[in-house]
Amino acid sequence: MWNFPLLPDQASTFAGRVDGLYFFLVALTAFFTVMISLMVAFMAIRYRESNTKVNRDNPLPENPTMEAVWIGVPLVIVLVIFFWGVNIYFAIARPPANAVDMYVTGKQWMWKIQHPTGQREINEIHVAVGQPVRLTMISQDVIHSFYVPAFRVKQDVLPGRYSQLWFEPTKPGIYHLFCAEFCGTKHSGMIGRVVVMESADYERWLAGGSSNGGSLGQTMADAGAQIFEAQGCITCHKMDDASRAPILKGLYGKSVALNGGETVIADEQYIRESILRSGAKIVAGYGPIMPVYQNRISEDELMQLVSYIKSLGGPATGTPAATPSAAPASETKGTPAAAKPAQNVNEPSRNK
Amino acid sequence: MSNQGAGALIDATVRPRRLARIFSRDHTVIAKQFFAMSIFFLFAGGLLALFVRWQLGFPGSAVPVPFNFLMTRTMAPGGVIAPDAFNGMFTLHATFMVYFAVLPMLVGALPNFVLPLQIGSPRMAFPTLGMLSFWLSLLGGLLMIATYFVDGGPASTGWTAYAPLAAVSHYTGSSAGQNLWILSLAILGIGLILGAANQVVTIVNHRAPGLTMFRLPLTVWSFLVTGLLVLLALPVITAAVGMLLMDRTLGTSFFVPAGLSVSGSPLAGYAGGGQPLLWQHLFWFFGHPVVYIMILPGMGVVSDVLAVFARKPLFGYRAMIYSTFAIAGLGWLVWGHHMFQSGMNPLLGTTFMASTMAIAIPSGVKVFGWLATLWRGQIRFGLPMLFALAFLLTFTVGGLSGIFMASTPVDAFIHDTYFIVGHIHYVLFGGSLFAIFAAIAYWFPKATGRMLGERLGRLHFWLTLAAFNCTFFPMHILGIGGHMRRIYDPTVYAFLRDLQPVNTFITISAITLGFAQLLLVANIFLSLKNGRRAEPNPWRAATLEWTLPSPPGDGAFAVVPEVHRWPYDYSLPNAIEDYLPQTSLHVNGTGTGTDS
Ligand code: HEM
Ligand SMILES: [Cu+2]
Repeated sequence: MWNFPLLPDQASTFAGRVDGLYFFLVALTAFFTVMISLMVAFMAIRYRESNTKVNRDNPLPENPTMEAVWIGVPLVIVLVIFFWGVNIYFAIARPPANAVDMYVTGKQWMWKIQHPTGQREINEIHVAVGQPVRLTMISQDVIHSFYVPAFRVKQDVLPGRYSQLWFEPTKPGIYHLFCAEFCGTKHSGMIGRVVVMESADYERWLAGGSSNGGSLGQTMADAGAQIFEAQGCITCHKMDDASRAPILKGLYGKSVALNGGETVIADEQYIRESILRSGAKIVAGYGPIMPVYQNRISEDELMQLVSYIKSLGGPATGTPAATPSAAPASETKGTPAAAKPAQNVNEPSRNK
Repeated sequence: MSNQGAGALIDATVRPRRLARIFSRDHTVIAKQFFAMSIFFLFAGGLLALFVRWQLGFPGSAVPVPFNFLMTRTMAPGGVIAPDAFNGMFTLHATFMVYFAVLPMLVGALPNFVLPLQIGSPRMAFPTLGMLSFWLSLLGGLLMIATYFVDGGPASTGWTAYAPLAAVSHYTGSSAGQNLWILSLAILGIGLILGAANQVVTIVNHRAPGLTMFRLPLTVWSFLVTGLLVLLALPVITAAVGMLLMDRTLGTSFFVPAGLSVSGSPLAGYAGGGQPLLWQHLFWFFGHPVVYIMILPGMGVVSDVLAVFARKPLFGYRAMIYSTFAIAGLGWLVWGHHMFQSGMNPLLGTTFMASTMAIAIPSGVKVFGWLATLWRGQIRFGLPMLFALAFLLTFTVGGLSGIFMASTPVDAFIHDTYFIVGHIHYVLFGGSLFAIFAAIAYWFPKATGRMLGERLGRLHFWLTLAAFNCTFFPMHILGIGGHMRRIYDPTVYAFLRDLQPVNTFITISAITLGFAQLLLVANIFLSLKNGRRAEPNPWRAATLEWTLPSPPGDGAFAVVPEVHRWPYDYSLPNAIEDYLPQTSLHVNGTGTGTDS
């Protein structure tokens, strides 16, 4: 009659694993549903009032052995599901070290994507087969949710806070990208697509630039460096002199001692917060002299700044490999920023 | 056990003044008022659901006459439901159903009628609280209805009202609607809290002599636990919506982070610094217990109905009680399972996963206990029994689909899809509502003195069961196919187009399901007029309410009954009377299982 797939494509490394657990649960559910339905049907027929020829020896209204069985068996089953699930859950939560960073901004009702190499896309994200991708995501307004059914991943995209998601595509193709969290009038129109390409095609795409969203014309880190200068960050944060403000080189991923005595890990979230409202967490030994950049820098620009600070390196381990400095800068040169100027390219900073 | 002066109180409550009759403090009148309110909202909510289904099944076609009378020109230009109206309708549908149909039925109508009768008390502990509880709930309900008609339309942020979508009025078209929505819930919350306090105190203080806690029927136990849950959970939402209202109207930033923008320019008027996730934590800290508020009374009713109609003691009486407490207790530790994808630390997610799965154990104790109750019973298939059996099956499916979502990696896939919608309806329609239908059929004779018509009742039952499954089972398939919930137009998604026939099928089934419910109402009215007269104890049940005439009339328990046994002495097969009422002194050799 009509053809519909019972499951969307399996196009990421998670898909098979999630589906494995899913099918186990389907089997389990089918088993218990059928078993209980049959039991009810059987008893309804056999012990119906009009059937007088059946043994109704009065069984005890309690039976500890049986109760132990129906506590014990579900317990074991649930434990199996639990450990099986946790195993996959943790894999989904831990991006591998070789993941490339990409940056996603959600807004009513559109996705904006920035590649570290400077390409920008709207409602579209190009990735390469076999290359793990780590998304750093934020919303400019309400909560959205980044959902790619074929990858079996979904992550809410919050305002005011980065959330992270990673996946490794396994099959070239075009897959649907949705907003899964209800986000207002045109929620159902907040549609995008994920284009998974063979590596060679992907390289070519990177060189040719995005047809939809334009380009920064430089790497995100370079764009961040410009903002770093333009906003005057550089006047205090020097490369070699920590007297006025902490040196940012090597900051990313490091643990930072704060004035209050606590320590925090300098991840993207910390860097973002420190730029916007440095007063919230002041590094030990400094005063609250840094200006508030709230409402002066857009989320997209913040991501460029974060990307720049990340590009300054981090402690020896744990930094994602594909920091922009490692990306082939020459290739991005070929992407004229004029591709689609109307569409939020280099959103002007909100200096007022 | 203070029944002194009860007679005098009753005299005071039935004063024939009209105002006193409307603002009655008589628990049966209050129960009937709650019942009428709940049924009204059931149908209003159902109608809204059909509008939602219409748009999903037949996207872009005009709502057919005569049902378009509720479509104003802004809501449905050309008769086609507009996106904002659609969003408002699913929001109002869930709001009506959860807050104004199921809760008033289970925390209002049912306990007010059944509870005093089952514990041998002529009244509830606080008649005035009971009266206030109804009128506040009704006021809340009227305000909620008003949201449909205000400028900008009803609240359109879902029954969960996530911030900042619901906290900042610029993000949706509805402004006054959302504010009224909040006010309405706050008022309803207060109403339900009063009712629950009344309920709990009545159980603790007003049991007939001899009716020890472990002689209470499961229905009363579930009222006790539910009452406690309401007392603890509703204040949370009442406070939370208060904060939400302040964010919306006074410019506080409880749930509003800094640096938001609205269509490209910075959002003015908010200091920021709030946490959108705080709302989710508060909401679900209330929201998960509230789903147990909606299922536990049903479980209690079903336990009793199964025992009565299988003519057997309820299997594992104490285990049933303890599992009720276990479910209610664990229910406080699982709220995070609604937030696995919201950016939660996976370690925290893991604990919520564990606690959620743990609930499967006491739920299993109940299901298997019910099955064991049927074993070697002498099963009769009255209407209440049919719904109780259907409850058993649908709740099982709903509980099992809960395990899918408790498994975080699978939830990452199906969260916010139609799978969730399927789950919700298996537990809320197939669970709560089937149990409510069972309760209606079971206590109808006691309340009205007439039997509920069997033939029409059976037609209603089978049609409902079939249409229910045709409506909600395919939703799991849609969800697994990647179909999100709360989307206005599924056909804009290329890969969902193949699934559109499923959507159409669901809509047709839903319409059938909706119209089938008219049979229930018809049956109620027809039976009220021409139904067979009910004897005092038509089901041959052992609990106290069946020792009274049907209907009990004003003098119920004027003579305080004395209780001598537990409520499940049905284990006397082949005897002339195969059961012993709780008031019976008679000692019978086979009367096993009395409380020790
Ligand atoms: C063993 C039993 C159950 C388990 C394991 C379970 C599990 C879950 C989980 C994990 C979710 C969140 C899914 C998501 O949003 O991704 C959920 C949602 C929900 N559950 Fe259950 N559940 C169970 C029983 C019930 C019962 C008895 C009810 C109501 C009577 C209920 C009502 C709901 C509702 C209303 C939602 C959706 C709320 C929303 O997002 O709008 N559940 N359940
Ligand atoms: Cu829950």
